[in-house]
Amino acid sequence: MIELSNIKKAFNQGKPNEYWALNGIDLTLEAGKVTAFRGPSGSGKTTLLTLVGCLSRPTSGRVRFRGEDISGLPERFLTEIRRQSFGFIFQQFNLIKGLSALENVILPGFPTGRPRAELVASASQLFAQLKLEHRLHAKVEWLSGGEQQRVAIARALINNPQVIIADEPTANLDTALCREFMAILESFTAAGKTVLLTSHDPLVVESSAVHRVVGIRDGKLTDD
Amino acid sequence: MPNLASPWLEKQRHLIDFTLASLGRRKTKNLGLLVAYALLVFVLASLALFTNALRTEATFVLAGSPEVILQRMVAGRHDLIPPGYLDKIGRIRGVQKKEGRLWGYYYDPVVNANYTFMARPAEEVASGTIMVGATLARARGLAAGNVISFRSYSGKLFAFKVASVLSPDSELLSADLVLVSEADFRAFFEYPAGHYTDIALSVANPLEVRNIAAKLAEALPDSRPILREEVLRTYQSVFDWREGIVLTVLSGAILAFVILAWEKASGLSAEEKREIGILKAIGWETGDVIRMKLWEGLLISLTAFLLGFVGAYIHVFHFGAPIFEPVLKGWAVLYPRFTLVPAVDGLQIATLFFFTVFPYTAAVLVPIWRAAITDPDAVMR
Repeated sequence: MIELSNIKKAFNQGKPNEYWALNGIDLTLEAGKVTAFRGPSGSGKTTLLTLVGCLSRPTSGRVRFRGEDISGLPERFLTEIRRQSFGFIFQQFNLIKGLSALENVILPGFPTGRPRAELVASASQLFAQLKLEHRLHAKVEWLSGGEQQRVAIARALINNPQVIIADEPTANLDTALCREFMAILESFTAAGKTVLLTSHDPLVVESSAVHRVVGIRDGKLTDD
Repeated sequence: MPNLASPWLEKQRHLIDFTLASLGRRKTKNLGLLVAYALLVFVLASLALFTNALRTEATFVLAGSPEVILQRMVAGRHDLIPPGYLDKIGRIRGVQKKEGRLWGYYYDPVVNANYTFMARPAEEVASGTIMVGATLARARGLAAGNVISFRSYSGKLFAFKVASVLSPDSELLSADLVLVSEADFRAFFEYPAGHYTDIALSVANPLEVRNIAAKLAEALPDSRPILREEVLRTYQSVFDWREGIVLTVLSGAILAFVILAWEKASGLSAEEKREIGILKAIGWETGDVIRMKLWEGLLISLTAFLLGFVGAYIHVFHFGAPIFEPVLKGWAVLYPRFTLVPAVDGLQIATLFFFTVFPYTAAVLVPIWRAAITDPDAVMR
């Protein structure tokens, strides 16, 4: 479903502080599976996820999504693919303060032009699945860490994407909440979604919910 | 059949919804800005509306005055019209009426004010009586039937009975006016018989006014014809000049606002930059972000403009512009009380709109554009 060939990514290219975050990655990711990227801080895990999720473009190499080369597409097309096909769960959740949980969840639906009523109905359904109905109208800053993550998950799912990308999703959660998250992950694969996540939490990478673990160090793949 | 335009419309609705929610989230900042902004529009619009109304008022007032006034000059100064001048003018084609006028100024030490004395025919004002302007009547506490004495410049005391107080409708024109009979006027000022202050001529065709003035100057070379349109132009420039003075005084405040607005509009907080990053990461296009922020800028500036303008309209036409009245109306001991006729100049509104709404919206746009084109992967780092 996602193919990466000889991917390289440099930051501050041509400047004295030039830094190569990825140094020749070749990888194929299967649909409907959970793949975890494991590696120390600065190994290039997050950069790899941003390339796959159309948040940035590689300096060289090709990214193919469902057979189509997306590495050279202009920003507008990347945004459209990102909106339709990818849902993001960020490490810091990245919710917008001052807005309710519901408002945060329907935000990715705004550019699609779907009517508000339809977006609210989908969001309410997701809140019910995530056992968060009672927090629908609460401002996100009043929510606990676990609740905030579930709001972030609902937001990732509102446009019904095929791929969920989660960057260190359990970094801010305790053990119980972490197990809860893994259970939610299993429901994603049951629904046929592909999940890509980064983590160095043993609870995640050793979980039965994760089908494949890919090691990264210094911008290169290590053993699976 | 599904409406093709509806997703686009829905999208715009979503953007406006989000903009309103965003404005609500930063209440203090936005309210502060709105108040300062509305205040500036209020001050500028008050100024523009008031001067424009005064100009219109001056036009109204002068509409009833004679088209040409002829003054005699001696050594470049205004002098009395000697006997025989009216006949010297003879019959000029186009002049409907010519009339010698008698008027002069009188200083009243009681209220330290100057009055304008004007002679009217005996059938209008009976001998021994006067008609007074409403402002003057207020200043001296006069009503119809009262008797008032004035000491003439020669030291003699004259007593007049107030026949009536002139209608407050004409107060702008008649504030300090005292109408007396011709005989009383000549006696009070010891005005030589047969002499007049000036000559008023009525001309029916406005295109003929300049020709008639030329003929008058030719017939009476020591005289100066003053045209109504020239007086009107002088009034307009006086009000323009006053408006300019106030604008100069206000320029400091305007500049301060410009700095405040620029700082508020162009300086994106870290929180706002983070939000833009999030919106882009979750699938908003650069154009959506810019449009949303443009709506935000437009909503603030339009609301401020409307609030300021409506406030200014009420201030000027309902309360008589108490803030600017002393500067703009001009100086006088006897201030006339008058209600301004609402007069709004479309071009003036458009100019004010352009110079307030447009720069703010533009100031909002630049930093947003800069923030909106940054890579969305920033939120992951």
